[in-house]
Amino acid sequence: MRLAAPSAIALSLLLTACGESEAPPVASLDFQKQLQTQLIKAKPGEVIEIPAGTWQLDRSLSLKVSGVTLRGAGMDQTILNFKGQKSGAEGLLVDASDFTIEDLALEDTKGDALKVVGGQNIIIRRVRTEWTNGPATENGAYGIYPVQTENVLIDGVVVIGASDAGIYVGQSRNVVVRNSRAERNVAGIEIENTIGADVYDNVATGNTGGILVFNMPNLPQPGHTTRVYRNKVEGNNHKNFGHKGTPVASVPAGSGVLVNSNDKVEIFDNDIGDHRTANVIVSSYFSTGYTDLSTTDDFDPYPEAIHIHGNRFGPGGDSPDNFELKALRLAKFGLNGRLPDILWDGYVNPEKLVDGNLPVELAICIDNGEAGIVNVDGPGGYKNISTDIEPHRCELPRLPAVQLRAALAEVGE
Amino acid sequence: MKYTWLLIAAVLLGACEQARTPLYLPSSEDYPQKLSAWGVLQQRDGQLQPVEGVQPYDLNTPLFTDYAHKLRTVWMPQGSHARYAETRFDYPVGSVLSKTFYYPVDAEGRLLRIEQHSAEAVVLKRVRLIETRILLHQEQGWVALPYVWDEAQREATLEWAGASFDLQLHDEAGEVLSVDYQVPDANQCAGCHEEQVGKGLQPLGPKARHLNKDFAYADGAANQLQHWQKIGFLQGMPADMASVPRNALWSAPREGESLEQQARSYLDANCSHCHNPEGPGRTSGLYLDPATPLGIAYGLCKQPVAAGKGSGDRLVDIHPGAPEKSVLSFRLHSTDPSIMMPELGRSTSHREGLEVIDRWIASLDGEC
Repeated sequence: MRLAAPSAIALSLLLTACGESEAPPVASLDFQKQLQTQLIKAKPGEVIEIPAGTWQLDRSLSLKVSGVTLRGAGMDQTILNFKGQKSGAEGLLVDASDFTIEDLALEDTKGDALKVVGGQNIIIRRVRTEWTNGPATENGAYGIYPVQTENVLIDGVVVIGASDAGIYVGQSRNVVVRNSRAERNVAGIEIENTIGADVYDNVATGNTGGILVFNMPNLPQPGHTTRVYRNKVEGNNHKNFGHKGTPVASVPAGSGVLVNSNDKVEIFDNDIGDHRTANVIVSSYFSTGYTDLSTTDDFDPYPEAIHIHGNRFGPGGDSPDNFELKALRLAKFGLNGRLPDILWDGYVNPEKLVDGNLPVELAICIDNGEAGIVNVDGPGGYKNISTDIEPHRCELPRLPAVQLRAALAEVGE
Repeated sequence: MKYTWLLIAAVLLGACEQARTPLYLPSSEDYPQKLSAWGVLQQRDGQLQPVEGVQPYDLNTPLFTDYAHKLRTVWMPQGSHARYAETRFDYPVGSVLSKTFYYPVDAEGRLLRIEQHSAEAVVLKRVRLIETRILLHQEQGWVALPYVWDEAQREATLEWAGASFDLQLHDEAGEVLSVDYQVPDANQCAGCHEEQVGKGLQPLGPKARHLNKDFAYADGAANQLQHWQKIGFLQGMPADMASVPRNALWSAPREGESLEQQARSYLDANCSHCHNPEGPGRTSGLYLDPATPLGIAYGLCKQPVAAGKGSGDRLVDIHPGAPEKSVLSFRLHSTDPSIMMPELGRSTSHREGLEVIDRWIASLDGEC
């Protein structure tokens, strides 16, 4: 089904005129109504094509029918712009399976741009989500946000300006994020409470933190098994413009790859550099400022089985965005010194220690040439700083690649 | 030829008019374009009222919807009944629920912001009708259909994609409140009514704990559940009314209904359809349903998960003793679509509701 193209042209002309005079955007109400009605009445297998043009919308779109494809004419041709949005917490909310969205842009949504909740077999490719005013605290939280989904392919997307994470995969299983670009968000790409994620061939730059692998407490599913490889993670030094209370609020500006409370994370073959706090940070929930009154007993706050190998590290650690770390750098590494590439807050689960050491299968293992680690001794109040790499000279089994379900792999490969 | 058809149609319509039985639609997707075709509500003697056999009802603590008043009705096909259960009733196929949203108007036709009083019918001259939502139980599940009233207030038309209205509400103090009223689209209806994800839509209001109250029926006040039982709408009620759950009565709590009960009833009616372990808000890990005890899962000292700017720079959902440090209070206060909770159904904040919630949070002891 194709929406009428001529009105698109007429409308985009009209919108251009409005833009020039700085008048508030006028919603393309007929377009909006037509598209939302199509989404409501869609049948499985249907392809809804949205023609090229800039379409102004003032309320959320939503889809609840499985097996639907939403297709534009290109991420710079078909633009759904939500500036002045009056209702709805996202641009497009999808609660369906076997969903594909491709070749369009969602701009300037009040809240999240694209949220997919609870579906299986989701393909999001060549989609752009952007806040066109650039990074700002009042921007929406997430660009591309699948949550509690399974078998998800995010491929060739561009995410810019999110006040939380550009790509945010939450509480999901079997996810691939690749060939994508995350720029000037608080977090570029964030994998949270997810089991089985491959993040590769992406570019994360200009964010506060480049790629995050987090576990949050009080959720039904703790995450593990994430591979971060062959990415370019460079120059993520943007001032943190997130909101207190959110998981990303504790991310120091200048973080390359950041693991928090997550287990079984393999970081390899990436180009990671130019991060003023650290190229890689491994930390526990204790470093985010919450007490155990905020976590249920079954939450595991310790990052375990973290494997860092074969990355190419650029400069970093020269001007950390954290008072304790600043002082520590000065004291330990001197005025012109820098922190090592890998920063660890030093929390280990005391119940799992054997003779005072963490068993190797739970350790942070580093096989990365000259790259060093600093244990900043969070539990001891930043007193016993150590740069001893010996406890980290170990190897962990390589993690398996994510196997997307056949149908998904076919279109993906 | 044409004339004959018209005549037949007129006779048929006349017949329907006479019978005044609501439409029984157990399976077809051929939903009426006009509300009147449902035969649930009628305009008579200057009133919008349920047709005979259709029961009006109201709720202990209702959902806030931009100060709109609501006329709710329920109908079940002849000879069928709902089956009682503590959490949600099992309604028979063919059941039709309706909810008409309207505002009272003054002599000059200005919309008023005043407290709702329960009513069996609506005097048309004194109100502006906005929309009527139909919830229909079919063999394949419940279907939600939004109908929008015309300016003449004669008829409402099915609008799958919803609608919006700029309204001005006047209160007694002369204050004017602007409302950006949003009639939900059919998906948005489902966004709230699918309170257990993957299990289809469900009625939200007509449950034991919400219905367990008196209603001023034409022939005298009676407990709604007992009335339903009496007229054959409900079977399986416990013999002992004390074992039937009951939410606090909004704005006029019954004796012994504590502040906490009032607050929890409010959060139940306004939040728990999403924020329950099986609801669309489950991804947050925040559960505001009656079964969840007051602990981390109910928001106490709980860090928000994916609130984004909804956190309002506050660290936890409920900070005991401090509404000003609580995300819950921040999001209920807000009218920004990307911050506010509930996400849909309001463009203004509910002062009276917030007053109760904030007073309750302030009354809690403890630290985070």
